[in-house]
Amino acid sequence: MSASQNALKPRSGLAFDVERIRADFPILKLRPEGKPLVYLDNAASSQMPQQVIDRLVRYQTSQHANIHRAVHTLSEIATAEYEEARRKLARFINAREEREVIFTSGTTEAINLVMHGFGRKFIGAGDEIILTTLEHHSNIVPWQMLAEETGARIRVVPINDAGELLLDEFEKLFNERTSLVGVTQVSNALGSVNPVKQMIAFARARGVPVLVDGAQAAPHMKVDVQDLDCDFYAFSGHKLCGPTGIGVLYGKAALLELMRPFKGGGDMILSVTFEKTTYNVIPQKFEAGTPPIAAAIGLGAAVDYLSAIGMGAIAAHERDLLDYATVQLQRMPGVRIIGTAANKAAVVSFTLDGVHPHDVGTLLNQDGVAVRTGHHCAQPVMQRFKVPATSRASFAFYNTMAEVDALAAGIRNVQKVFC
Amino acid sequence: MADPKSLYQEVILDHNRKPRNYGALAQASHKAEGHNPLCGDHLSVALNLEGENIAAIAFQGESCAICKASASMMTASVKGKTRQDAETLIQEFRDMATGQIDVGRQAHHLGRLTVFSGVHDLPTRVKCAILPWHTLHAALHSVADISTESENDPMHAPIGDA
Repeated sequence: MSASQNALKPRSGLAFDVERIRADFPILKLRPEGKPLVYLDNAASSQMPQQVIDRLVRYQTSQHANIHRAVHTLSEIATAEYEEARRKLARFINAREEREVIFTSGTTEAINLVMHGFGRKFIGAGDEIILTTLEHHSNIVPWQMLAEETGARIRVVPINDAGELLLDEFEKLFNERTSLVGVTQVSNALGSVNPVKQMIAFARARGVPVLVDGAQAAPHMKVDVQDLDCDFYAFSGHKLCGPTGIGVLYGKAALLELMRPFKGGGDMILSVTFEKTTYNVIPQKFEAGTPPIAAAIGLGAAVDYLSAIGMGAIAAHERDLLDYATVQLQRMPGVRIIGTAANKAAVVSFTLDGVHPHDVGTLLNQDGVAVRTGHHCAQPVMQRFKVPATSRASFAFYNTMAEVDALAAGIRNVQKVFC
Repeated sequence: MADPKSLYQEVILDHNRKPRNYGALAQASHKAEGHNPLCGDHLSVALNLEGENIAAIAFQGESCAICKASASMMTASVKGKTRQDAETLIQEFRDMATGQIDVGRQAHHLGRLTVFSGVHDLPTRVKCAILPWHTLHAALHSVADISTESENDPMHAPIGDA
């Protein structure tokens, strides 16, 4: 243990047994480059514990059939397990009702659902949508598509040099045409945690609904949609130790009921004739076709797993990792941390003087260190900081202080190659 | 996977630090812009054809070390050569980077450019090495703008999901 590590006493204390947690993740035992895997690309996708893998296997080996259709035993079991997963997700984010949880393919589809179901019905020419500089492309492009189609206008909340939203500018953007606010709770590129509760209160006091992109928040902190009082909350399963192809859109029931269906097909209807179709109630209205049943059940197991550890304990350990990584990288000459918000999730985006991020990524990989390099699907953020790309280390609760040391050592190796 | 250090050899690092033929040409008969939207690599290649000869060539832009060194060594390789020689090198370089030819066994004209043969083991970096060559090809054919993700890229070819 290095001196600085001793200086940073983990707040999470002894109760958080990271080695025991790591034993749950088979993939962390890999040695892809002949060196222990140091997986620091969790903001892109997290890894899956054995408990979730086992749940998927159990479903496929003994419970699978299509849901909400047949009367045979397997279909009833699959339907019950799928709806149980919905209940687990509702509890995980403290939704008021289970029917407020819509399964989607991920955050992107969840946002697109709001764009089609809410936006195309309620946002018209001249109406304004407030987004922020910190949005992922998936919370920009759907609204640009809507704006192009309807003549609505997009307004953007700026950030300061630390990567924090300028709240007074946010408030100034409101007018009588403001129809929706779309804001990410945590910036995927920088890690900034936005004061969404405060922003939601401001917007709702003016009758403006708020969509929160929770893709980077849900895996790292306790989410309570009733406490936030957001109208929509979107997140992905695969960043939450669950499978790919599954995500959630939470929406307030009253709003979901007013919305148009997003996709047409089976399961989203009550009756169909060629003259008229009657749509099903929520959440089925938004779940046309056979959903990713296994993935939803796997995600249910994933939130069980995370809840057993405790989102508070997870957040505390990740805070220790962030503090330690920040100290380590800050004192390295030639390293510039991009994004220094006072309130950050465990993401360290950085540039190295004289070295392009893609070269950093390739050389770190040689040391077994997996980071993301590029624009992180957040080009407005890159433009704001006048960098073409960054390298990004993003941590999960199964990362260790020793892995932070491996990152720092890897960066020193990159610098040696380019010196 | 091959040791990436075999790619980051001194010759590549040297061309990255001190790129040859870097800058603008006062007068160019042919030029093109190359862009890889996936990583933000961007460079321009300008050249002067005298008859069929590449009398002068220069490049500039923002890119990773692999791309910049590839561009630098490319300009040094094709300067003074004919358009046809350059086209041959473009084809051979692309074949090397995508693993279509084994430079250790098959005949080629690549010379020192074989330092890039290791990029073939790094699928996500193949486009970095090839971008300057795509751009040179576009310049020779006077295509104003190319992108590694564009259908209009005359060299657009399946080279892995880079």
